[in-house]
This record gives sequence, structure tokens and C-alpha cells, in this order.
Amino acid sequence: MSVVAEIPIAAPAARKAGNWLLVATVILLSVWVLLPIYLLIVNALSSPEEVTAFPKRFLPSFDFGSLSFFINFAGVGRALWNSVLVATLTMILSIGFGAPAGYALSRFDFPGKGTFRFLVLMTRAFPLPLLALPLAVMFIRTGLDDTAIGLALVHTTLALPFAVLITFSLFSGIPVELEEAAWTLGCTRLQAFRKVILPLALPGIAASAVFAFTISWNEVFAAAVLTIENRTLTAFLLQSLGESPLYLKFAGGAALVIPALIFIFAVRKYLFAMWGIANR
Amino acid sequence: MHGKALPYLLLMPATLFLCVFFLYPFALVAFEAFTRDGGFTLDNFRTMTGNWKFPVAFWNTILLAAIVVPIQLVMALLMATVVSRLETGRGAALYIFAIPLGISDLAAGLIWLAIFDQSGFLNTLLSNLGLVDRPVMFLGYQSKLTIFIAVVLAEIWRATAIMMVILVAGMGLIPREYHEAAEVFGASPWKRFVKITLPLLRPSLQTAIILRVILAFEVFAVVAALGGTNLPVLMGETYNWQFSLQDRNVAAAFALLILAISVGLTLFFLRVLRVPKEARI
Repeated sequence: MSVVAEIPIAAPAARKAGNWLLVATVILLSVWVLLPIYLLIVNALSSPEEVTAFPKRFLPSFDFGSLSFFINFAGVGRALWNSVLVATLTMILSIGFGAPAGYALSRFDFPGKGTFRFLVLMTRAFPLPLLALPLAVMFIRTGLDDTAIGLALVHTTLALPFAVLITFSLFSGIPVELEEAAWTLGCTRLQAFRKVILPLALPGIAASAVFAFTISWNEVFAAAVLTIENRTLTAFLLQSLGESPLYLKFAGGAALVIPALIFIFAVRKYLFAMWGIANR
Repeated sequence: MHGKALPYLLLMPATLFLCVFFLYPFALVAFEAFTRDGGFTLDNFRTMTGNWKFPVAFWNTILLAAIVVPIQLVMALLMATVVSRLETGRGAALYIFAIPLGISDLAAGLIWLAIFDQSGFLNTLLSNLGLVDRPVMFLGYQSKLTIFIAVVLAEIWRATAIMMVILVAGMGLIPREYHEAAEVFGASPWKRFVKITLPLLRPSLQTAIILRVILAFEVFAVVAALGGTNLPVLMGETYNWQFSLQDRNVAAAFALLILAISVGLTLFFLRVLRVPKEARI
């Protein structure tokens, strides 16, 4: 009995202390994540002289010298364009191939289903960017070397497994009865999909498309191996690390980070659904 | 109509794609690693291990993984636990913790370069506090230890989010009743964490650890941004052999070694953290 009597007395004080600890931990961890990004932005928003000066100010001077130097630097505009192009192609390819597979996995039971899932899951046990090495040779033979589509194909191997698993869970979440109702009302399978399922699944599909875009936008190794003239922004930055001045590096870093922040914000609702299903 | 063929038709593009761009290059890389000028040979592996940089790169990579992954596991568990306890601001905290997930490893390297560079923020802070007279060279060629520490920090900063997200999703699958029952019986929060959360989180822990370990052996751009060539790692050497030394076959040998380590560790963790079928939620 005494235990039961003690709990109501001890709990509020302990809970209050626990709450403070909780809030402090959350703030500390948030600072750990945000402060380094802030410091990079400070550098990107300072003039080239300020970036190389010492000691540094912890506030940005909102001088766009570094950024305009970066934008006007030879090759940057083209690299930015290539990054966007490759990421867009990756997005189209991985959704185009992945969504039908996800739909099939969610709606049908058929022999070979397990094998396909295994193939998709297996991709995760491999450091995929490495596969760019043998593909480099294959691409030279087929004329795909140094092209946006060639790199996008490699990035699609990275993004496709996610697209399959995400769309699989999306379609699984939409009751099959809705589709069946459409069939009984005279829709063909395709019409039912287009008019009933697609509108419901569209936000999730868009989120996984953004995710595919981000994977390609951020990828460094395969991009650096497979592109020479048509370098993406990551390949460009990597290959000029040795000779480029600090302010160019930081402005380039910021150019990589800012879109990524927006992408992650756009898909934040789906982030956990995406990785939750990655558990299975 | 062809109801039986439809699922196969839908799976075909993805399957073909993975065969051509995943299975085939995988076979190709193995083939390249074991051949030179058309004949079977182990020379590529001999050249790889014979290079003076090989042991350094190998141990750097292993040591980096061995230090970074356990710290990340603890941090990710802490983040996930804290988030699951939060009543207000949960979404905001999750978003902030998940931010590094969307950031390229190269960008992460550049972010930490802004801190550790000679004219960077760490030196500014140290000199403002009067701890140093003039800026210290943290990332120079004779300061391997500080480069290593910087890479460790950058890796922890960058890739904890991926584990955190998987663990948060996994914690969401644990039925609340278990915790409530334990609370009724007087189990402390720590005891509940050790006896309920951790065992039931095993499938997610398995996924998180496997994914993260594979990523750890792919470490490349962070090191390139912070250390240049001063801190050789396996993936960086692969890149070097492909480009600077123009030897595809040795690069393929490196790739095969990284693949072998990744697959070996995946199988290891699948076995060690195996979840019996009847114990799944």
C-alpha cells in the first residue's frame, strides 16, 4: 500500500525536474545540429576578405561578395544546371520505375514477390556509389559517358529502392475497397487507378520524388567518377577543393545546403513513414 | 484479362533496371578486380595491399567506423527517446534533428571546415577566450590527430539523423501498453528503457546499425573536404587509383574489398541482432 501512497507525492517533483532535463537536452541537441549550419551561412554571407580574416565575427555582414564570386566563377553556373538536370532525371526515373513496382507489391500476391523484395533490400547492403566504377567503362562503350542521363541512371539505383518501398507503403495505406467500388461502378483498372488511387497517393508520391531529387543532388562519389565536362555541383566542388579559395568553398557549401534544407522541410511529414517501412 | 501477368508487367521495369545497373556492374567490378590484360590474376590485390598507403587507409577507415558508429548509436537513441517524451514542439524537434539527413557529405565536410580551418570559428573562439595567442593549424599535414577528430565530429554530426529517424519510427511500433504495465509495476524509466524499449527495438536497431556501418565504410567527401590527402581512407584511395593513377583494375580491387567488408558486416549484424519470428510485434 505504501508504494501506491508514495507515487502521487514523489511524481510531480520528479516529473518537473525530468521535464527541465528533457527540454535542456532538446535545446542542446538542436544547437549541436543548427550551429554548424549557421556558421557556414555566416561565412557565405560575408565578403571574401572577411572569410579569410582572423579573428572572425560570429554574425554575418550580409555582404554578397563571396556568393557573387561563386556564381560568376567559371563552370559554376553549368555545374548548378547539371545538378538540377541529373536530379530531375533521377526523380523521373526512380518514380517511373519504382511506383508501378510499389503498386504491384501492395495489391497482388504472386510467386516471385519475395525474390523481388529481396533484390530491393539487397541493394542496401552494398555501397552503391562504387558501382559507378565498372559503369564508367560500360558508359564509354555505349556513349553514355559524361552525360546527365548516364549519371542519373546510377543515381536511380540509389533512389529506386526507396521509391519502391515508399510507394509500396503508400498504396498499402489506401483501402483496396475504394478501387473495387470504382470497378463495380464501371471503371476499368486503369481508370480506377487514375481517378481514385492516384489523387490519394499523389502527395506521398511527390514526397518520394523530392527524396529521390535530394539523394541525387547530394551524391558526390559517382558524380565525380562519371562526369568530366558535365560536372555536377558536388563533383565540381570536390575536384576544386585543392585549389579553390576558402570563400568559394563556403559559398559552394551553402549552395548545396540551402536547397537540401528546403527539400527536407517539404517532405518532413513523410520522413518517418519512409524510414519506418525501411525496417521491414 | 491478363490479371496474372499484370503484377509482373508492373515489376518488370524496376527489375530490369536493377539487373542492368546493380547486379551486372557488381559482377563487372568483381571481374575487373581479378583480371589484368585479359587474364586471371591476383596482382591487383597485391598492388593494392603493397602500396604504403593501404594499411593506413584501411585502419583509418576501420578506426573511424569503430569510433563513430557506437557514439552515433547512443546519440540517436538519446534523440529518439527525448523526442518520444516531448509533448509540445515534437514536430519541430524532429525536423531539426532530421536536418543533416538531407545534407550532402561534401557539404558536411565544408561546414566543419568553416569551424576547424586556421582562420575558422574554433580558432576565433579560442583566441577570444585567451586560450591561444595565434590561430592553431588544426588541419595541416602534421596534425593528423586533429584532422581525425574533425572528421569524427563531422561524421557524427552528419549521419546520426539517419539512425535517429529509423529508431523513432521503430519506437512508434512498440505498443504503449507494455510501458504502462511496467510503470504500474514500479519500473523506473531507465529500467523500462533497458527491459522494454531496447529489446523490442531490435529490428530497428539492426536496420540502423547495418545502414550506418555501410555508410561508414563509404566515408569519402567529408575526409576530402577536411583532410585532403592527409588522412587516407579506403574510398578516397579507390578514387585516387581510378583518377590520379589511372588504374581501373586496382580501383576495382579496392571496390571489391569495400563491398566484401560491407556484406560481411551486414551478415554479421543480421546474425547477432537476429529477431526470432515469434518475437516480432
